[in-house]
Amino acid sequence: MVDPLLSVRDLKVHFSVGRGLLNPGQLVKAVDGVSFDIAPGEVVGLVGESGSGKTTLGRSVLRLIEPTSGSIKFNGTELVGLEAQRMKALRSDMQIIFQDPFASLNPRMSVREIIGEALFLHGIGSSADREDRITALLDRVGLPATAAPRFPHEFSGGQRQRIGIARALAVNPKFIVADEPVSALDVSIQAQIINLLQDLRREMGLSLLFIGHDLSVIEYLCDRVVVLYLGKVMETAKAADLYASPRHPYTRALLDAAPVTHPDARRERVALKGDPPSPINPPSGCVFRTRCPFAVEACAQTQPPLTAFGDDQHVACIRANELNLAEYNVQSAATG
Amino acid sequence: MADLTREAGETLATTAPPQSYWRRVRKRFMRHKPAVFGLCFLVLMAIVVVFGPFVLPYGFDQQDYDLIGLPGPMNAEHWLGTDQLGRDATTRLIYGGRVSLAVGLAGALVATFLGTLIGALAGFYRGWVDTILMRFTDIMLSIPPLPLVLLLSSLFRPSPPLLVGIIGGLIWMGTARLVRSQFLALREREFVEAARALGASGPRLIVRHILPNAIGPITVAATLAVGSAIMTESALSFLGFGILPPTPSWGNLLNAASPWLSTAPWLAIAPGLCILLTVLSVNFLGDGLRDAMEPRE
Repeated sequence: MVDPLLSVRDLKVHFSVGRGLLNPGQLVKAVDGVSFDIAPGEVVGLVGESGSGKTTLGRSVLRLIEPTSGSIKFNGTELVGLEAQRMKALRSDMQIIFQDPFASLNPRMSVREIIGEALFLHGIGSSADREDRITALLDRVGLPATAAPRFPHEFSGGQRQRIGIARALAVNPKFIVADEPVSALDVSIQAQIINLLQDLRREMGLSLLFIGHDLSVIEYLCDRVVVLYLGKVMETAKAADLYASPRHPYTRALLDAAPVTHPDARRERVALKGDPPSPINPPSGCVFRTRCPFAVEACAQTQPPLTAFGDDQHVACIRANELNLAEYNVQSAATG
Repeated sequence: MADLTREAGETLATTAPPQSYWRRVRKRFMRHKPAVFGLCFLVLMAIVVVFGPFVLPYGFDQQDYDLIGLPGPMNAEHWLGTDQLGRDATTRLIYGGRVSLAVGLAGALVATFLGTLIGALAGFYRGWVDTILMRFTDIMLSIPPLPLVLLLSSLFRPSPPLLVGIIGGLIWMGTARLVRSQFLALREREFVEAARALGASGPRLIVRHILPNAIGPITVAATLAVGSAIMTESALSFLGFGILPPTPSWGNLLNAASPWLSTAPWLAIAPGLCILLTVLSVNFLGDGLRDAMEPRE
């Protein structure tokens, strides 16, 4: 296997909340011991409910949020604890696209200034040919050159998202964290942006960490999928394997929660009740056991390690062997 | 699909020229009548106090020795009469306006600079920087200004530049708190995070990304600070700790007129009215700017 571009090992991001003068506060384990790799040119999907820590994970990989512990190796360089000057140099290799195209562009800067700043900060091109580069970048994301002097509020959501993508591309990154880049857009625009990302990936050999909760988008775009729950990896597998044969009950539940495209297509479903438990006080053992329809007593005892199944599928469930989730139906669970 | 977008972009391009933030601000501001009135009054007042002394036939400390003793009546030669030292009251009022407005404006600038600096550092860096700066702000807020000023006035008489510094030092706290809250909110916005992801430094984030987005509230606070600076200057001068005679200011004119309140009330009414109308106009202007720059969209 090729050396991974990004290699995350046992990453933890803990926040203390409610800390005051006399109150020691409580620890929120937003990301708790996550490991995964992204190969050059690979698109990895990161899925999970809100509050599962996917956004925190995405930002801490870029050190926009400081990790509490663990290791992030990018192209062989350890990012955790890397000094600011070298981190800045590396930032041209790793960029981010945000969810909300209305919050991610500075309303007081024109498109030219927004993209130009990226070029300026990394000393790309002379000030004379920056204008050409900006035009080329706008063209690359499907915007006319006349967009350059305009301000963000003059654009629609989809157009703004294109500007955000142009800003990220300006520094020629190898890797982009796409934090739910289409969740805030109309469905018709979503397809355009996803196709744009798909094109860029093909032409520039970009690696992506694509954070999302729309499973059909993830399936379409991603090579591999990481399923996150309460800051822990539940399952990771090639996209095709994950969708065809999920091995973790949580993965199966997520897949079942996605709407089916045909009204006659009825399936047995694993439905989840309630909300995820508080990350301040997570359940003992397997964090998912409180909502898992297959939980047994043993689940409360130990945290299940990620165990390899077949070709590059890893599952954190002690019952993964005995459960046959691909053909599971509700009746047998009710009686068994 | 890309063609569609390009087309949409083209239609966008053929409409009005790029609408900057300030163009929209001006449009909204013009709809706020009291603010437009306030602005007009202030511009008029500025013209009068800046150019008036060149036109008036008297100097501000020029005495007519025949009129010394009691305040002189209003007449064609002396529109607001003369004071007990035989000086033309109109000249002194206009000249005093020049002093009061200049000191007020300068004091507000100092206050805005101090408040923005302290608020920006506290809100951006948080942690112990925030704790130290904000406790300092709290302490400054809990010192009652007038007893402090009376105490200081028994020790020394400030020069005008020092007075500007003192006024600024007495009124910056509100701006600091406001700017801090703006920075706390703005630093979490995604466009700031995007700049951080590009490797922008702390000072760059503060100056290029956060400050321009807080400029609305800061401008409003600065405008209102002009009002409080003028009031503070008047109060200090009235108490004998501000601008000292013979240089007139609206505050010390009020003080000088107080013995003659029953015989020559116009000597007190004129500077009082000037303070009132100026501060009122400044506050109207601030309200209008707030509506124009921080619209609830």
